[in-house]
Amino acid sequence: MIQVKQLAKSFGSLQVLKNINTHIKRQEVVCVIGPSGSGKSTFLRCMNLLEEPTSGEIVIDGVNIMDKQTNINNIRQKAGMVFQQFNLFPHKTSLENITMGLTKIKKYSTADAEEKGKALLAKVGLSQKADVYPRNLSGGQQQRVAIARALAMEPEIMLFDEPTSALDPEMVGEVLQVMKDLAQEGMTMVIVTHEMGFAKEVADRILFMDQGIILEEGTPEEFFNHTKQERTREFLKKVL
Amino acid sequence: MDTLSLITDASPLLLKGLENTIKVAFLSLLFATILGLFFGLLRVSKRKSLQMIAKVYVSIIRGTPLYVQVIFFYFGLFPLVFGRATDAVSAGIFVLSLNAGAYLVEIFRAGIESIDKGQMEAGRAIGFTHGQTMAYIIMPQAIKRMIPAIVNQFIISIKDTSLLATIGIAELTFTAQTIYAVNFKAFEFLGAIGIIYWVLIYVLTAFSHWLERRLAAR
Repeated sequence: MIQVKQLAKSFGSLQVLKNINTHIKRQEVVCVIGPSGSGKSTFLRCMNLLEEPTSGEIVIDGVNIMDKQTNINNIRQKAGMVFQQFNLFPHKTSLENITMGLTKIKKYSTADAEEKGKALLAKVGLSQKADVYPRNLSGGQQQRVAIARALAMEPEIMLFDEPTSALDPEMVGEVLQVMKDLAQEGMTMVIVTHEMGFAKEVADRILFMDQGIILEEGTPEEFFNHTKQERTREFLKKVL
Repeated sequence: MDTLSLITDASPLLLKGLENTIKVAFLSLLFATILGLFFGLLRVSKRKSLQMIAKVYVSIIRGTPLYVQVIFFYFGLFPLVFGRATDAVSAGIFVLSLNAGAYLVEIFRAGIESIDKGQMEAGRAIGFTHGQTMAYIIMPQAIKRMIPAIVNQFIISIKDTSLLATIGIAELTFTAQTIYAVNFKAFEFLGAIGIIYWVLIYVLTAFSHWLERRLAAR
């Protein structure tokens, strides 16, 4: 579904990504782990062009997203994004955060958008919070609204950029639960995370990134129990 | 004749002056807002050349006195360009708009830049264009933050209308001058218009506080 070939990205003279190659299959859940500064988030952000790759190729459903002819706004609707800092729109209620894209981009009627928005809020367990502004929600609740907001556009793939890193520990579970449910429904997901337990349980495949390359990859079983690279073992020793 | 009846007798004139002051201030602020918004968007644009246009505009206006700008355009540039004296009111509104607009550019820039960049990313990630994200997500938040600074600039510009007396616009200060030129009651009439300016600004300030509270509640 997503083909990444020889992807590279530099910020000035700093090369953050060097020659990334991978293929993400439909309904696959891929967790990307690695030390900070390894390029995980940049890799994820390249997939909906929040970062513009320096070179290489990213093909989603046969469409080369780096082609100048490609309408990037359409690509972004296909790929939902969830951020570490939630990035909800503070001047809009939970429901409005979700319905905005529906009414303004997908041209839903207000009634249809609200119906869909409420269904999504129910899905993430926040039916009671439809008319609440983000500042009156806990971090975990905000992140669940953010997931619902991304789902509203009916993406074919969901990208998660450290979705639980900014949360208080007791709120991590509720967000991971929503993500697990999504994975079980068959959503294609790429998740940058430090939650090793979650990765072990939910991922179909784990990518370990270090210094801008995918150093090691495999199923959770291969990756955690039969680690090949010394560098990976070192990392895992510190985080497990 | 005592002072009070002097002022009462002159009140139709003063009111006419106040009306002109309000008219000039209102139109200037309206055009200044449009200018400020337009150049403000250039100022935050990614294109360096567009940024430059806005920077030069702001730099020239901020770097020269308003009084000089007023007489430069009215006595200098306009007669040269149009070949005759222009209508003082139009010229006054033009210069004041240009002046306040430049200050508003910086206010708009600061307001827009104060919004977390995650908001732009979130908007773009949903599939909004840059323009849509600005319109639906960035600007509504930025304007809320800009209000105190905008009102402050409005207050300054309202008071700056008094400088337009120099080019003969019959606003409040010019009216007072023409009155005391006849009756020599400079203290009384300048004091009177001082109070009128103060009341005008006071009302605007009260309105802005009300507006801020209302927006903060949302």
